[in-house]
Amino acid sequence: MAQWIAACEADDIDLEDVIPFEHDGRDYAIYRSPDDVYYATDGHCTHEKTLLCDGLVMDGIIECPKHNGRFDYTSGKALGAPVLVDVRTYPVKVTDGTVYIDVEGDIPGTGTSGSPARAT
Amino acid sequence: MGRERLERYSLTGPENRAAVAAGLAGGAWFRSAVPRKRMKELMKRSDYPAVRDTAIWIGLILGFAGLGIAFWGSWRAVPFFIAYGVLYGSTSDSRWHESGHGTAFKTRWMDESLYQLASFMIMRDPTTWRWSHTRHHTDTLVVGRDPEIAVMRPARLARLLANLIGLVDVPVAFMLMSRHAAGRLTADEADYVPASERRKVYRTARIHLAIYAVTIALAIGFRTWLPVVLIGGPRLYGACLFYVYGFTQHAGLGENVLDHRLNTRTVKMNVVNRFLYWNMNYHVEHHMFPMVPYYRLAELHEEISRDCAPAYPSLWAAYQEIIPAIWRQLKDQEYYVRRELLPGAAPFNEPAPINDGRALPLATATAA
Repeated sequence: MAQWIAACEADDIDLEDVIPFEHDGRDYAIYRSPDDVYYATDGHCTHEKTLLCDGLVMDGIIECPKHNGRFDYTSGKALGAPVLVDVRTYPVKVTDGTVYIDVEGDIPGTGTSGSPARAT
Repeated sequence: MGRERLERYSLTGPENRAAVAAGLAGGAWFRSAVPRKRMKELMKRSDYPAVRDTAIWIGLILGFAGLGIAFWGSWRAVPFFIAYGVLYGSTSDSRWHESGHGTAFKTRWMDESLYQLASFMIMRDPTTWRWSHTRHHTDTLVVGRDPEIAVMRPARLARLLANLIGLVDVPVAFMLMSRHAAGRLTADEADYVPASERRKVYRTARIHLAIYAVTIALAIGFRTWLPVVLIGGPRLYGACLFYVYGFTQHAGLGENVLDHRLNTRTVKMNVVNRFLYWNMNYHVEHHMFPMVPYYRLAELHEEISRDCAPAYPSLWAAYQEIIPAIWRQLKDQEYYVRRELLPGAAPFNEPAPINDGRALPLATATAA
């Protein structure tokens, strides 16, 4: 069952950037793409426990700040060594300028898009 | 004592497990506070600087090779082959390093192409060394964890000196290529290369060995050393600068610390050296923020210099410290160079006595 949690205001994230979000002891990363679409993934790199929110967002990719491992943040797909395991993605919706993520959304990063949301 | 201390560097020995148990593996390292907005500017990628620098680099390599071939058989060829050899056998290290991080270019295939080329030139397997370097960044100079500690305590002096002309590295590289081509890794490699990546190692080793076999066959067939002087040989006769630069990174500094300001050097270099070394002289900055491409490291240096000990003003200044430190560590393996931070800098990150740089035996240190 979906559990939508308000994560941040839509304007809290710059275009092509990421911010951290913590809920119930878990870390998430919320992304805003250059074309103003929002995405969410687990907060940590799957290679070592490094927060992705300190990384570089570029061309649909989040690059981990520790070892430069890359994920497609729209699908969670790991793009090569040193990251070999996809990162989990979460459904996102934007309502009245607030970004919500479904923390129960079971979308392991297997190439399936985590229901991105465009600001309305 | 020295032999026992050296044995601690094995990745398959008790020191590895002790480092994990002591929380040294994958530890929380110090990072200077840099505003996110500024860090985004510094991390931003562009193809232009690396395309320009790589075109110059390859142009110089081909140019010197052409002149060397033109004068082959005459002493006039020697300076051209020295220049060719240094570019091939030394500066390929920094190209390997930057493209391995994936930060040199914005376009991924460009990084990967340069990485494969530079790996061949420096005689490193691109896959095992990618994972080795990943571990080096996770556990920089953590004894029993970091596979890339070049200068141990005590230093293996004969080996270090012989490697100035590749006399250890090259035979070891061919031994590893042969082992990999046979479908096997070393025990240390098996510690950090995931099983899913190993097939690539074996395939690459067979390709590299085939290239060297053709090179040697051409040399024998045409009764000339020229093919070997051009391919593979530079890793011997051109390797000197690789180590002259490389020892400045960490030699003589603290081990088992969680602060790159305690185990890494930044050395100011002139424009020629910075081109040859692709700004790897800004090594504290690189370790603290590996996302920043080489062409922005000077700016990052300015950004975090308030937190760091002063950079070494020259290679000469660095070696005035490194050589006596290595010499002293031959007898005193707890000795390391500890630098003073500037007033107002964030203090060293030393959460426990084991993080003070001496790298005491972990069982003793944790009991203390």
